[in-house]
Amino acid sequence: MKKQTETLNRPDNTAFTQQRLPAWQPMLSAGIVIPGFVVIGLAFIGIGVALFVTSQNIQVLERDYTGVEQNSDNDCSRCLNRTNCVCAVQFNLAKQLEGPVFFYYGLSNYFQNHRKYGVSRDDYQLSGDTYYFENPEDDCIPYQYDSRNRPIVPCGSKANSLFNDTFRLYRLVGGQKKQVPFDGKGIAWWTDYNLKYRNPTLVDGSLAKAFNGTVKPVNWPKPVYELDTSDSSNNGFLNQDFLVWMRRAALPGFRKLYRRISEGEYADGLPTGNYSLEINYNYPVHGFDGRKKVFFSNVSWMGGKNQFLGIAYLVVGSLCIVMSLVMLIVYAKYRFPDEDS
Amino acid sequence: MCFFPQVIPSISSLSWFTTVVPLVLVLFVTAAKDAIDDINRHRSDKKVNNRKVQVLINGELRSDKWMDVQVGDIIKLENNQFVTADLLLLSSSEPLNLVYIETAELDGETNLKVKQALTVTGDMGDSVTALAAFNGEVRCEPPNNRLDRFAGTLSFSGQKYSLDNEKILLRGCTLRNTEWCFGLVIFGGQETKLMQNCGKTTFKRTSIDRLMNELVLCIFGFLAIMCAILAIGNYIWELQEGSKFTVFLPREEGVNAAFSSFLTFWSYVIILNTVVPISLYVSVEIIRLGNSFFIEWDRKMYHARTDTPAEARTTTLNEELGQIKYIFSDKTGTLTQNIMTFNKCTINGKSYGDVMDHTGQTLEITADMDSVDFSFNPLADPKFQFHDHSLVEAVKLENPEVHAFFRLLALCHTVMAEEKKEGDLHYQAQSPDEGALVTAARNFGFVFRSRTPETVTIVEMGVQRVYQLLAILDFDNVRKRMSVIVRSPEGKLCLYCKGADTILYERLHQSCKKLMDVTTEHLNEFAGEGLRTLALAYKDLDEAYFTEWKQRHHEASTALEDREERLDKLYEEIEKDLMLLGATAIEDKLQDGVAETIEQLAKADIKIWVLTGDKQETAENIGYSCNMLREEMNEVFIVAANSPESVREELRKARTTMKPGAEEDMYVSKRILGNSPKIVPDEVINGEYGLVINGHSLAYALEASMEVEFLRTACMCKTVICCRVTPLQKAQVVELVKRYKKAVTLAIGDGANDVSMIKAAHIGVGISGQEGMQAVLASDYSFAQFRFLQRLLLVHGRWSYLRMCKFLRYFFYKNFTFTFVHFWYAFFCGFSAQTVYDEWFITLFNLVYTALPVLGMSLFDQDVSDSWSFEFPQLYVPGQLNLYFSKTAFVKCALHSCYCSLVLFFIPYGAMYDTVRYDGKDVADYQSFALLTQTCLVIAVCIQLGLDMSYWTVVTHVFVWGSLTMYFVVTFTMYSNGMYLIFTASFPFIGSARNTLNQPNMWLTILLTSILCVLPVLTHRFLVIQLKPTINDRVRLKVLQAKAAPPPPSKRTRMRRTSTRRSGYAFSHAQGYGDLVTSRRYLHRPVKPRSGGFTPTGRSLGFSPTGRSAGYSPTERNQNPKQEVEATSLQMYRTRDMAF
Repeated sequence: MKKQTETLNRPDNTAFTQQRLPAWQPMLSAGIVIPGFVVIGLAFIGIGVALFVTSQNIQVLERDYTGVEQNSDNDCSRCLNRTNCVCAVQFNLAKQLEGPVFFYYGLSNYFQNHRKYGVSRDDYQLSGDTYYFENPEDDCIPYQYDSRNRPIVPCGSKANSLFNDTFRLYRLVGGQKKQVPFDGKGIAWWTDYNLKYRNPTLVDGSLAKAFNGTVKPVNWPKPVYELDTSDSSNNGFLNQDFLVWMRRAALPGFRKLYRRISEGEYADGLPTGNYSLEINYNYPVHGFDGRKKVFFSNVSWMGGKNQFLGIAYLVVGSLCIVMSLVMLIVYAKYRFPDEDS
Repeated sequence: MCFFPQVIPSISSLSWFTTVVPLVLVLFVTAAKDAIDDINRHRSDKKVNNRKVQVLINGELRSDKWMDVQVGDIIKLENNQFVTADLLLLSSSEPLNLVYIETAELDGETNLKVKQALTVTGDMGDSVTALAAFNGEVRCEPPNNRLDRFAGTLSFSGQKYSLDNEKILLRGCTLRNTEWCFGLVIFGGQETKLMQNCGKTTFKRTSIDRLMNELVLCIFGFLAIMCAILAIGNYIWELQEGSKFTVFLPREEGVNAAFSSFLTFWSYVIILNTVVPISLYVSVEIIRLGNSFFIEWDRKMYHARTDTPAEARTTTLNEELGQIKYIFSDKTGTLTQNIMTFNKCTINGKSYGDVMDHTGQTLEITADMDSVDFSFNPLADPKFQFHDHSLVEAVKLENPEVHAFFRLLALCHTVMAEEKKEGDLHYQAQSPDEGALVTAARNFGFVFRSRTPETVTIVEMGVQRVYQLLAILDFDNVRKRMSVIVRSPEGKLCLYCKGADTILYERLHQSCKKLMDVTTEHLNEFAGEGLRTLALAYKDLDEAYFTEWKQRHHEASTALEDREERLDKLYEEIEKDLMLLGATAIEDKLQDGVAETIEQLAKADIKIWVLTGDKQETAENIGYSCNMLREEMNEVFIVAANSPESVREELRKARTTMKPGAEEDMYVSKRILGNSPKIVPDEVINGEYGLVINGHSLAYALEASMEVEFLRTACMCKTVICCRVTPLQKAQVVELVKRYKKAVTLAIGDGANDVSMIKAAHIGVGISGQEGMQAVLASDYSFAQFRFLQRLLLVHGRWSYLRMCKFLRYFFYKNFTFTFVHFWYAFFCGFSAQTVYDEWFITLFNLVYTALPVLGMSLFDQDVSDSWSFEFPQLYVPGQLNLYFSKTAFVKCALHSCYCSLVLFFIPYGAMYDTVRYDGKDVADYQSFALLTQTCLVIAVCIQLGLDMSYWTVVTHVFVWGSLTMYFVVTFTMYSNGMYLIFTASFPFIGSARNTLNQPNMWLTILLTSILCVLPVLTHRFLVIQLKPTINDRVRLKVLQAKAAPPPPSKRTRMRRTSTRRSGYAFSHAQGYGDLVTSRRYLHRPVKPRSGGFTPTGRSLGFSPTGRSAGYSPTERNQNPKQEVEATSLQMYRTRDMAF
């Protein structure tokens, strides 16, 4: 009893309060660092080679159809300053493009990642909340209301600038144009299609009526509920092309998936031969020095063709090896003398 | 600050919550911490304020709180109570209205002092009615800080009485040996001289704090520059690109390129404000708080005997503990225990006190060793301990020299005895040294029992004998000895003398030559152990000679001219041809482990200055015994001059001795002429020197014209001891060093006299667990023992500093890296103030994802364990040199961040450019990019943290891995379906985590990025360790090699020095009580007539040796107490007459 009162203020004797917690105390000793560098270096070189080879094996066919330059393989220069103009890009495949083949369109010098562009949308509208059909968010300005003060749905610059060139691919077989079927299903993210974007509840079984009292975006030729009248599951906000467009790019040069070529005789890819890509040229990019391109590409486990990662791994891996050598030399020759020895 | 522009829609680049949430949290935590601090401070103040004291109110005594005491109140103090306020002493229980007080709290002196009330007030006694009716008027000087002076007058019943310091009890003193006294409050609270001496309470901030503030200002500038660059970029972009891109992104009305760039500037201020770390301050506070708790929790800084744990009273100074360069220490109660023990002696050439084992080896004396049994002596003091049995056997064998030795100790002193019950003796010694000697004699069978002015009664081996006290030849600093002349009951006349051996040896009879040599040897041994020695000698006197001498003495003491000289001559004459008996060795008990602590601190390159109010000899002696002054030192300079010129001369001489030929007075005078004080650089000298300076010289040395001179000299010395300094001078010395040295100072003390320096120093440490509270209350840290200081500095301080620096470096790195990525992205998004990361990530990055790991590091990190820290005190040096965090380190952090942010932006950029998922779908979208970059960032900063952390405890593991897990959990949750369905607009990132993080190339990117971020750091650190290892690295390597956790605590052998230095007459009082003892006024208890046949002879009534009180010690408080003594002598006779 007395003892207790005597040591009333004695601090607890725990490893925590006495700062004696058992601990791992790593140190940058030569035995760890130099082998570590070698291992990292070798692993990185391995990964780099794998990535590089994989990337090399991906085939990409790329064509610029902006029409700024006169080009023998396309006649799009005539459409440069016109809308609703049809032009075609001719190309020849010397080697089969292994399937499945993906067809992309690409834009450059296009600032989808501009902050003002990015915020210029209304998530509530796009998730089918009809209250916001009548009262679009202020972020959508100047595409919030039209000149007659009717609400625009979908509002904002982002939706307004929907890419509206369309493509048809023909294979030229013996002077005959044979259309290559495109598959446009499921080209957008599953989450976008199933969760993020939702059409408003149908009114009297009609999507169009749900959009009553709203007007189409200024640049659009037709309202959102007429994007694909043939397929109700691809219509309205759930239109795959619309979804792809609305997933804005991170960088000013980007490509977006347009269609897949995976049906019928093209399931194995595009066979060799001549092709003609017919383009409905609508989208003006010339005004801001933008470029429009198309890509035919297949993919691998690491995605699309991208040499960067492989090369970066190779460089970093080699650097590690070089550094480990330098360290070894320093360790062996120039080390600070231990005071004991 | 950034919240304001954020509510303006046109520039709001981020949602309001990104800034508000952290800000609110920061403010909340800061407020909470400050509140706790305040409450604690109030609590300790209350403790003092609520002490009870008896106050005379409306004619009766009531117990009241200290804080309610007001000027004009009459209060009653009882024995051993603290004096509440500055009081005018009115009356006391003792005859002649004397009171005894101890002023150790005030000036560090341990001897008792006497104060005396005016007779006119003293007559009131303890009559409450008389006191209540007392209506005098006191006029006095305004409150001031002079402890040794008071001037005022008391007007009472038409008479005026002058008041001086003799009638004033100062707050901070303790009443001793006085049953009660009454006092009139003259100054209370802040006006007391004690508080006036306390110096200003300044808000203390650490140098890191100041540096941090500077850096934050720099960061603000840097932020402005970055934003300006981006705004210009935006202007150019708007002109070249934006104006054309209006097809798809129309401009708002009235916005042109210039205005847009203006808006962009502010938008980027919002985004990049994370470089200005809001949470830095609160994190720093938390870390300091945590480290303060570790100090309080430390069992090795807990003193079991007094049940006192260490206390961190300020929680904002921890890291400064790791940077101390100068320690200013009090002596009494801090270095020493203020206990004297009789440790050894040599009698007739035989040394006693050492304990030998059977092989003849001297054993270390430890507490559990059995001590000598004194049960044969019923009057023995049970607290007295002695370990050498041979001495008590010698006493029992009636060895005549041993008996004479202790008889001398029992007779030759000025101690007062108090015997409340039969056998319950209490000695009241003027100095603890004397007390120790008399107590020793008491235990060895020569019990000093009582005294009258003419007699001394002792019990010699159970037989009571009364010696007639014929004369006391009192001691002082010049004589360094004291003698008594007594007549034994057998009628033999004898002179007993004790004093400094050097003095005594000159007066010995030639026959003692042989004994002298042996004794000298012993004395050297004792002195080598730091003991205070006194030589003892006696001389049988011839009756006729003495009578004649007595006559001359009487003449001399009544002479009007040259009294001092004449008395001196007489004393010299009789104190010669003495027979040496032996010598005593008294230990001024140091606190435990003081010498080791000082040694350790010295190894850590910390300079220790002792500032004490005590005598020069005592201070010097302690300097030797705790190893601050050493025999091996090239020279110990003693500056004790009385004029500015000679002080300057002595200082200069000392300096030229230390550093010959380097007389750069130009440099000094130039410095003095310059307005702003500049830093005096450290000067390198060869050899070790010590400096002892007394208060009087110090007063001159601290004058503006000489302070630099003093500082330079003092700083060259390894040890500096300032004695006889006032509390204010202590503070001045500290201030001086603070002003001219770019160094962190620490002051440690226990008494009220140390408060000023505790407040003045960067860090103040109070010794707690003792009676006084003043020092502790003013201090920043407090603990019970001086030796804990080494743990506070070498372990806690060093760790705190290390942790704080690591924290700051990492924190700046983390925030810069985080922010700079936005900067790079600006070049690719049209300078549109688009953030790279998700807004939620920005909100949570500092608060949730990275807060705990860095806190874990800065709370638990240790480079090496505490025992290794003690093993290598040199580890402390980098802190003193500010090596771990400085502006350079900050710039390095920024460059490192710059590199990392480039990697963090461009590797994902390259990896994402034009790529797609393995199912051909999009992945180069903004949300995926944001997710990728932020994941890379979190992992990269985590790895960097892992590199910085050298001590992975369970807690840190949990923090690090927990935070990483937390990141993924929170990310997946926020990007989940449910969150989007509930808060549609707040979580637009739905699905990006699932769609992105299932891509192998994303993970490969993350791997590459994080590794690439740390590779250069790893390489750099490794190379530095190999090529230019810091002391830290080397010790850590050693620990690694030793593998074993703690090194066995090295057995420190007690340092024995062979010293020729003799501590001499190092009594802790300057002047004897002789006159008081022989005068009757000291004796307040009537002497009971003891054994029959003893009749007090009235012979020595007229013999009252006047003290040699004046003129030998310039700083002695009682500059001239003679008048008072004489005055009271007169009164004494009067009272006595009345009594008879």
